[in-house]
Amino acid sequence: MKAFITVIGNDKVGIIAKVSTFLADLNINIEDISQTVLQGKFTMIMAVDTALCELPFEKIAQELTRKGEEIGTEIVIRSGEIFDAMHRI
Amino acid sequence: MINLSRNEIIETVRMITEHHFDVRTITMGISLLDCISDDKNVVANRVYDKITRYAENLVETGDKIGAMYGIPIVNKRVSVTPISLIGASSLGYLEIAKALDKAAKATGIDFIGGYSALVHKGATEYEKVMLKTIPEALATTEKVCSSVNVASTRAGMNMDAIKEMGALIKEAAYLTKDRDSIGCAKLVVFANAVEDNPFMAGAFHGIGEADKVINVGVSGPGVVKTALELIPDGDLTAVCETVKKTAFKITRVGQLVAQTASKMLNANFGIVDLSLAPTPAMGDSVAHILEEMGLEQVGSCGTTAALALLNDAVKKGGIMASSHVGGLSGAFIPVSEDIGMINAARAGSLTMERLEAMTAVCSVGLDMIAIPGDTSQEVISAIIADECAIGMVNNKTTAVRVIPAYGKGVGDEVDFGGLLGTAPVMPVSKLSPAKFINRGGRISAPIHGNKN
Repeated sequence: MKAFITVIGNDKVGIIAKVSTFLADLNINIEDISQTVLQGKFTMIMAVDTALCELPFEKIAQELTRKGEEIGTEIVIRSGEIFDAMHRI
Repeated sequence: MINLSRNEIIETVRMITEHHFDVRTITMGISLLDCISDDKNVVANRVYDKITRYAENLVETGDKIGAMYGIPIVNKRVSVTPISLIGASSLGYLEIAKALDKAAKATGIDFIGGYSALVHKGATEYEKVMLKTIPEALATTEKVCSSVNVASTRAGMNMDAIKEMGALIKEAAYLTKDRDSIGCAKLVVFANAVEDNPFMAGAFHGIGEADKVINVGVSGPGVVKTALELIPDGDLTAVCETVKKTAFKITRVGQLVAQTASKMLNANFGIVDLSLAPTPAMGDSVAHILEEMGLEQVGSCGTTAALALLNDAVKKGGIMASSHVGGLSGAFIPVSEDIGMINAARAGSLTMERLEAMTAVCSVGLDMIAIPGDTSQEVISAIIADECAIGMVNNKTTAVRVIPAYGKGVGDEVDFGGLLGTAPVMPVSKLSPAKFINRGGRISAPIHGNKN
């Protein structure tokens, strides 16, 4: 499934590395990354494909939430469908 | 980024995480017509079995969809065929009410609606029996919601039923007096009730509906308010356009969720209800949208105009976003469930009279309003009659959900907790409409109700 992961929190060393490694371990492919600082917060958007990951999507979401708590940032994955629905006719 | 811009992705994420955009409810409509029996235990068992079978995976599916799209799905609910019909043969209405409650608890859903009767032109003997059970049914169950349709544009107003509802609301208030008369918060009296409403307490599954249907209610007052904050100096045309664009985006998500839920639950996709439904949380208020438009506080002169603009723009923006829009679809103005409304009522800025005017242009009616416990049943019936007249003449749904809080008066507050919120007891005219109400009979349909 095509999905977007948003990572929002205080900027610190190694966020991209930690999240990327975690995704690699889950067999989730990163297709694009964009990062910026918005209103003082580190904001990263990753376009990913979960097709090769064996976990069900809700489990991936749970794992990412847990990882986010560990790193100290908010990590949420959302199916690309919600963004397409909202922004594309 | 792929085919979406960073700003678009951030906008969606912020709507959800910062501005309280949520899917308020996935409501499964279930027909109970095949549960009818002349044996009250048989019908109760059939009702329980069918609901628990059909809605077995509703909560789990709702949670899965919530995780898939990263959006809260606040409630999962069930609506059923009006129980006045299902119990007509057995008259085992209270047994069915208990079966509904038990099924709701077994499936883990938040509410079950449909302890309802449609008596806008007249009530049959079995419907009269059913109506009298409503207060006890609400007092002895937790999740069951009830509604009664007493008027329509085509049929006019059933003033006998309206008279009866005043007494039943008083009784429901008394029977739940130890919980701030919460029974009344689960009872709605309608004019022009709709058959596919996913919102409580007025949801029921109309007899024109399929066996198993998914209706979805989306909500995002905070998103609309935030969008308006970006155009502080825009004229009202710009305000309309902004509300429409926002409503479109919100409704598109409702459509997506409804389609996904229907597929996963093997049910028909019914409708998306694109109502702006507030909660008592800060940043989730319809009143604050009106204030953002430029009112000092909701209730001021200009409130009705601002609400008319909002209600219409929400419909216009949402209608193209979904293949089937239905339910109530507009702006809700429940007093106890909206922090802006609560504050205005506490300050005395918002009165019953202003609220009544607002109901002429919003999607429902006098909703979640606490009134003094000593309000007479005739006054309550007259409040219902006024509201029904607005609905009947304007060809729209109107509703009354007032709580005559037992033992409480102006200056006191009721507190139901959760989504039902808290409200100050509002003053109501003490002048007597008793003779008018006690005449009974019918008020005939308006001339424009005869459309054929």
